[in-house]
Amino acid sequence: MSDQASNPMREAIQEAIGQNHVILFMKGTPEAPACGFSARTVAILQSLEVPFAAVDVLPDPRIRQELSALSGWPTIPQLFIDGELIGGCDIVTEMYQSGELQQALGVAAKAGPEPEQPQAEPLSIENRLS
Amino acid sequence: MSVNPEELKARIEAGIPGARAQVSGDGAHFSAVVEAPAFAGLSRIAQHKLVYEIFGAELGDRIHALSLKTQVPGAAEQVGAAARPAQKEEAR
Repeated sequence: MSDQASNPMREAIQEAIGQNHVILFMKGTPEAPACGFSARTVAILQSLEVPFAAVDVLPDPRIRQELSALSGWPTIPQLFIDGELIGGCDIVTEMYQSGELQQALGVAAKAGPEPEQPQAEPLSIENRLS
Repeated sequence: MSVNPEELKARIEAGIPGARAQVSGDGAHFSAVVEAPAFAGLSRIAQHKLVYEIFGAELGDRIHALSLKTQVPGAAEQVGAAARPAQKEEAR
């Protein structure tokens, strides 16, 4: 049964989504993705040189549970732009190919991947809760 | 216990009125192209959710991964032409 009184995990997730222009919930980290779908999504974002926050859902199963309850989306990765769920790997890939993703991110389409920009440290929601 | 593409296809087509699905997969990772009139006017997110809802908690569990491509019948779709569903006769 879910605890109605307070749900710090869900609040932390909501806060992270609200505070980051672009945030990706993924398996593993951008440097070491632990799933092919997460890796592909990271690669697309990196090719667009968009700074993004990343949350690894693997350290604590509750992250994924609460995230999916919040977003209504069952799978990982999940990309949010300006607080809105964009989709998982399939939708991100499709939108990248059509140019819609570039539009949503406010970047021009790039000819090809370029060297990565330094990124912010991955967010660790589970650390803030312990 | 194991899942096969035919089961997923049948459940998608039963779960979304008028849907036609083409599913391939290896028992854990699946890829589906779904065409349904019900997708008209919906965002991709909403279209994919319609499909996900059929499987609920089985996704990520029994069905390890389901890669989706959704489209409205007749919509001119340039991307992924190779993955277009084969024309099938289906009376609905």
